[in-house]
Amino acid sequence: MPTEGRLRVKTLVMVCLMVLCANAGDLLLKRAMLEIGAVQLTEPGLAHAFRLTVTNGTLWIGIFFLCGFMLSYMTVLSWADYSYVMPAGAFGYALLTFFAMIFLHESVSARRWVGVVLICLGMLLVGQTKPRTTAVPGEALA
Amino acid sequence: MTRVIVFLGFLIFGSTGGEIAITRGMKATGEPERLRPRELLRFLRKALGNGWFWAGIPLMALSFYSLLLLLSWAPISFVIPASALSYVVGTFGAKYILGEEVSVARWTGVVLVCAGVALVALG
Repeated sequence: MPTEGRLRVKTLVMVCLMVLCANAGDLLLKRAMLEIGAVQLTEPGLAHAFRLTVTNGTLWIGIFFLCGFMLSYMTVLSWADYSYVMPAGAFGYALLTFFAMIFLHESVSARRWVGVVLICLGMLLVGQTKPRTTAVPGEALA
Repeated sequence: MTRVIVFLGFLIFGSTGGEIAITRGMKATGEPERLRPRELLRFLRKALGNGWFWAGIPLMALSFYSLLLLLSWAPISFVIPASALSYVVGTFGAKYILGEEVSVARWTGVVLVCAGVALVALG
Protein backbone atom coordinates (compact mmCIF):
# COMPACT_ATOMS: atom_id res chain seq x y z
CA MET A 1 0.00 0.00 0.00
CA PRO A 2 1.64 3.28 -1.02
CA THR A 3 2.02 6.08 1.49
CA GLU A 4 -0.11 9.18 0.98
CA GLY A 5 2.98 11.21 0.00
CA ARG A 6 3.92 8.76 -2.74
CA LEU A 7 0.30 8.66 -3.86
CA ARG A 8 0.26 12.48 -4.15
CA VAL A 9 3.53 12.61 -6.12
CA LYS A 10 2.57 9.96 -8.67
CA THR A 11 -0.91 11.52 -9.04
CA LEU A 12 0.73 14.92 -9.71
CA VAL A 13 3.10 13.46 -12.33
CA MET A 14 0.27 11.67 -14.11
CA VAL A 15 -1.99 14.75 -14.00
CA CYS A 16 0.79 16.88 -15.58
CA LEU A 17 1.15 14.37 -18.42
CA MET A 18 -2.63 14.30 -18.79
CA VAL A 19 -2.88 18.11 -18.98
CA LEU A 20 -0.04 18.34 -21.53
CA CYS A 21 -1.57 15.73 -23.86
CA ALA A 22 -5.14 17.05 -23.48
CA ASN A 23 -4.17 20.63 -24.33
CA ALA A 24 -2.02 19.68 -27.31
CA GLY A 25 -4.85 17.42 -28.54
CA ASP A 26 -7.57 20.07 -28.11
CA LEU A 27 -5.54 22.77 -29.87
CA LEU A 28 -4.79 20.48 -32.82
CA LEU A 29 -8.44 19.42 -33.00
CA LYS A 30 -9.61 23.03 -33.09
CA ARG A 31 -7.07 23.80 -35.83
CA ALA A 32 -8.25 20.77 -37.84
CA MET A 33 -11.93 21.76 -37.53
CA LEU A 34 -11.08 25.30 -38.69
CA GLU A 35 -9.41 23.76 -41.75
CA ILE A 36 -12.47 21.57 -42.40
CA GLY A 37 -15.10 24.29 -41.85
CA ALA A 38 -18.68 24.16 -40.52
CA VAL A 39 -20.26 20.69 -40.73
CA GLN A 40 -23.71 20.50 -42.35
CA LEU A 41 -26.12 18.04 -40.69
CA THR A 42 -27.33 16.54 -43.99
CA GLU A 43 -26.37 13.17 -45.50
CA PRO A 44 -24.04 14.64 -48.16
CA GLY A 45 -22.75 17.22 -45.66
CA LEU A 46 -21.82 14.54 -43.10
CA ALA A 47 -20.27 12.31 -45.79
CA HIS A 48 -18.20 15.26 -47.02
CA ALA A 49 -17.11 16.13 -43.45
CA PHE A 50 -16.22 12.47 -42.79
CA ARG A 51 -13.99 12.36 -45.90
CA LEU A 52 -12.30 15.61 -44.87
CA THR A 53 -11.72 14.51 -41.25
CA VAL A 54 -10.21 11.07 -42.04
CA THR A 55 -7.75 12.65 -44.49
CA ASN A 56 -6.77 15.57 -42.24
CA GLY A 57 -3.25 15.09 -40.81
CA THR A 58 -3.66 17.70 -38.06
CA LEU A 59 -6.71 15.85 -36.76
CA TRP A 60 -4.77 12.56 -36.56
CA ILE A 61 -1.89 14.17 -34.64
CA GLY A 62 -4.53 15.63 -32.31
CA ILE A 63 -6.05 12.15 -31.87
CA PHE A 64 -2.56 10.75 -31.07
CA PHE A 65 -2.20 13.27 -28.21
CA LEU A 66 -5.74 12.54 -27.05
CA CYS A 67 -4.80 8.80 -26.88
CA GLY A 68 -1.85 9.80 -24.65
CA PHE A 69 -4.30 11.77 -22.51
CA MET A 70 -6.65 8.76 -22.32
CA LEU A 71 -3.88 6.37 -21.20
CA SER A 72 -2.61 8.73 -18.49
CA TYR A 73 -6.19 9.47 -17.41
CA MET A 74 -7.05 5.74 -17.15
CA THR A 75 -3.87 5.09 -15.18
CA VAL A 76 -4.42 7.87 -12.65
CA LEU A 77 -8.09 6.89 -12.19
CA SER A 78 -6.98 3.36 -11.22
CA TRP A 79 -5.76 4.76 -7.88
CA ALA A 80 -7.13 8.30 -7.39
CA ASP A 81 -10.68 9.68 -6.97
CA TYR A 82 -12.46 10.96 -10.07
CA SER A 83 -13.55 14.08 -8.14
CA TYR A 84 -9.85 14.70 -7.27
CA VAL A 85 -8.41 14.21 -10.76
CA MET A 86 -11.13 15.94 -12.83
CA PRO A 87 -10.67 19.52 -11.45
CA ALA A 88 -6.87 19.17 -11.63
CA GLY A 89 -7.23 18.74 -15.39
CA ALA A 90 -8.44 22.36 -15.58
CA PHE A 91 -4.90 23.54 -14.83
CA GLY A 92 -4.35 23.40 -18.59
CA TYR A 93 -6.49 26.54 -19.01
CA ALA A 94 -4.25 28.43 -16.58
CA LEU A 95 -1.14 27.06 -18.27
CA LEU A 96 -2.34 28.15 -21.73
CA THR A 97 -2.90 31.69 -20.42
CA PHE A 98 0.69 31.85 -19.11
CA PHE A 99 2.04 30.44 -22.39
CA ALA A 100 0.01 32.93 -24.44
CA MET A 101 1.46 35.80 -22.39
CA ILE A 102 5.08 34.60 -22.23
CA PHE A 103 5.62 33.05 -25.68
CA LEU A 104 3.01 34.77 -27.86
CA HIS A 105 3.17 38.14 -26.03
CA GLU A 106 -0.62 38.26 -26.01
CA SER A 107 -2.28 40.74 -23.69
CA VAL A 108 -4.37 38.94 -21.11
CA SER A 109 -7.56 40.60 -19.85
CA ALA A 110 -8.30 41.16 -16.16
CA ARG A 111 -11.28 38.76 -16.44
CA ARG A 112 -8.98 36.02 -17.70
CA TRP A 113 -6.51 36.60 -14.86
CA VAL A 114 -9.37 36.34 -12.35
CA GLY A 115 -10.27 33.01 -14.00
CA VAL A 116 -6.67 31.76 -13.69
CA VAL A 117 -6.57 32.75 -10.01
CA LEU A 118 -9.91 30.95 -9.38
CA ILE A 119 -8.63 27.78 -11.11
CA CYS A 120 -5.41 27.82 -9.08
CA LEU A 121 -7.29 28.44 -5.81
CA GLY A 122 -9.76 25.68 -6.66
CA MET A 123 -6.93 23.26 -7.42
CA LEU A 124 -5.15 24.17 -4.19
CA LEU A 125 -8.32 23.41 -2.25
CA VAL A 126 -8.92 20.09 -4.03
CA GLY A 127 -5.21 19.27 -3.64
CA GLN A 128 -5.55 19.56 0.16
CA THR A 129 -8.05 16.68 0.20
CA LYS A 130 -7.11 12.98 0.13
CA PRO A 131 -6.42 11.73 -3.41
CA ARG A 132 -8.27 8.49 -2.64
CA THR A 133 -11.37 8.17 -0.46
CA THR A 134 -12.69 4.82 -1.70
CA ALA A 135 -11.37 1.28 -1.34
CA VAL A 136 -9.82 -0.17 -4.48
CA PRO A 137 -11.37 -3.61 -5.04
CA GLY A 138 -8.88 -4.69 -7.74
CA GLU A 139 -5.49 -6.04 -6.70
CA ALA A 140 -2.28 -4.36 -7.88
CA LEU A 141 -0.97 -6.09 -10.97
CA ALA A 142 1.99 -8.33 -10.28
CA MET B 1 -29.29 27.85 -31.08
CA THR B 2 -31.48 24.84 -30.15
CA ARG B 3 -29.05 22.39 -31.75
CA VAL B 4 -26.16 23.98 -29.82
CA ILE B 5 -28.02 23.51 -26.50
CA VAL B 6 -28.99 19.90 -27.38
CA PHE B 7 -25.43 18.96 -28.34
CA LEU B 8 -24.06 20.76 -25.27
CA GLY B 9 -26.30 18.43 -23.23
CA PHE B 10 -24.86 15.45 -25.15
CA LEU B 11 -21.33 16.77 -24.50
CA ILE B 12 -21.86 17.12 -20.73
CA PHE B 13 -23.84 13.87 -20.34
CA GLY B 14 -21.42 11.94 -22.56
CA SER B 15 -18.22 13.18 -20.92
CA THR B 16 -19.33 12.79 -17.28
CA GLY B 17 -21.20 9.51 -17.87
CA GLY B 18 -18.26 8.10 -19.82
CA GLU B 19 -15.66 9.20 -17.27
CA ILE B 20 -17.67 7.78 -14.38
CA ALA B 21 -18.03 4.42 -16.15
CA ILE B 22 -14.30 4.39 -17.00
CA THR B 23 -13.39 5.32 -13.40
CA ARG B 24 -15.43 2.35 -12.16
CA GLY B 25 -13.66 0.12 -14.67
CA MET B 26 -10.21 1.39 -13.69
CA LYS B 27 -10.87 0.92 -9.98
CA ALA B 28 -11.92 -2.67 -10.71
CA THR B 29 -8.79 -3.16 -12.85
CA GLY B 30 -6.45 -2.04 -10.06
CA GLU B 31 -3.39 0.15 -10.40
CA PRO B 32 -0.22 -0.96 -12.22
CA GLU B 33 2.53 -1.84 -9.76
CA ARG B 34 5.11 0.15 -11.71
CA LEU B 35 4.77 2.76 -14.46
CA ARG B 36 6.91 0.83 -16.97
CA PRO B 37 5.91 0.05 -20.58
CA ARG B 38 5.47 -3.72 -20.06
CA GLU B 39 3.35 -3.28 -16.94
CA LEU B 40 1.37 -0.46 -18.53
CA LEU B 41 0.59 -2.77 -21.48
CA ARG B 42 -0.55 -5.51 -19.08
CA PHE B 43 -2.64 -2.90 -17.24
CA LEU B 44 -4.16 -1.72 -20.52
CA ARG B 45 -4.99 -5.32 -21.54
CA LYS B 46 -6.71 -5.95 -18.21
CA ALA B 47 -8.61 -2.64 -18.46
CA LEU B 48 -9.78 -3.50 -22.00
CA GLY B 49 -11.36 -6.68 -20.63
CA ASN B 50 -13.54 -4.71 -18.21
CA GLY B 51 -17.21 -4.15 -19.11
CA TRP B 52 -17.40 -0.74 -17.43
CA PHE B 53 -14.59 0.49 -19.65
CA TRP B 54 -16.54 -0.51 -22.77
CA ALA B 55 -19.71 1.09 -21.35
CA GLY B 56 -17.79 4.37 -21.08
CA ILE B 57 -16.41 4.35 -24.64
CA PRO B 58 -19.70 5.07 -26.53
CA LEU B 59 -20.49 7.85 -24.07
CA MET B 60 -17.03 9.36 -24.58
CA ALA B 61 -17.52 9.02 -28.35
CA LEU B 62 -20.86 10.85 -28.05
CA SER B 63 -19.07 13.60 -26.15
CA PHE B 64 -16.20 13.73 -28.70
CA TYR B 65 -18.48 14.05 -31.74
CA SER B 66 -20.67 16.59 -29.93
CA LEU B 67 -17.52 18.65 -29.23
CA LEU B 68 -16.44 18.45 -32.89
CA LEU B 69 -19.88 19.61 -34.06
CA LEU B 70 -20.09 22.36 -31.44
CA LEU B 71 -16.64 23.66 -32.39
CA SER B 72 -17.74 23.86 -36.01
CA TRP B 73 -20.91 25.84 -35.08
CA ALA B 74 -19.93 28.02 -32.15
CA PRO B 75 -16.83 29.89 -30.97
CA ILE B 76 -14.55 28.09 -28.50
CA SER B 77 -15.15 31.00 -26.11
CA PHE B 78 -18.76 29.82 -25.81
CA VAL B 79 -18.27 26.03 -26.00
CA ILE B 80 -15.63 25.69 -23.26
CA PRO B 81 -17.26 27.94 -20.59
CA ALA B 82 -20.61 26.21 -21.14
CA SER B 83 -19.04 22.75 -20.94
CA ALA B 84 -17.37 23.72 -17.62
CA LEU B 85 -20.69 22.71 -16.04
CA SER B 86 -19.47 19.13 -16.42
CA TYR B 87 -17.14 19.70 -13.41
CA VAL B 88 -20.17 20.16 -11.16
CA VAL B 89 -22.21 17.36 -12.83
CA GLY B 90 -19.16 15.05 -12.59
CA THR B 91 -18.68 15.78 -8.88
CA PHE B 92 -22.34 14.86 -8.20
CA GLY B 93 -21.71 11.63 -10.13
CA ALA B 94 -18.51 10.93 -8.15
CA LYS B 95 -20.40 11.35 -4.88
CA TYR B 96 -23.66 9.55 -5.65
CA ILE B 97 -22.57 6.92 -8.20
CA LEU B 98 -18.94 6.19 -7.28
CA GLY B 99 -19.42 6.75 -3.54
CA GLU B 100 -16.46 9.14 -3.21
CA GLU B 101 -16.23 11.39 -0.16
CA VAL B 102 -16.66 14.94 -1.44
CA SER B 103 -15.74 17.25 1.41
CA VAL B 104 -16.67 20.94 1.63
CA ALA B 105 -13.11 21.83 0.57
CA ARG B 106 -13.37 19.63 -2.53
CA TRP B 107 -16.82 21.05 -3.45
CA THR B 108 -15.57 24.61 -3.01
CA GLY B 109 -12.52 23.80 -5.14
CA VAL B 110 -14.67 22.30 -7.91
CA VAL B 111 -17.00 25.33 -7.99
CA LEU B 112 -13.99 27.72 -8.11
CA VAL B 113 -12.42 25.70 -10.96
CA CYS B 114 -15.73 25.68 -12.84
CA ALA B 115 -16.11 29.49 -12.51
CA GLY B 116 -12.41 29.95 -13.38
CA VAL B 117 -12.64 27.89 -16.56
CA ALA B 118 -15.71 29.87 -17.66
CA LEU B 119 -13.93 33.21 -17.05
CA VAL B 120 -10.69 32.13 -18.79
CA ALA B 121 -12.58 30.90 -21.85
CA LEU B 122 -14.67 34.09 -22.04
CA GLY B 123 -11.34 35.94 -22.35
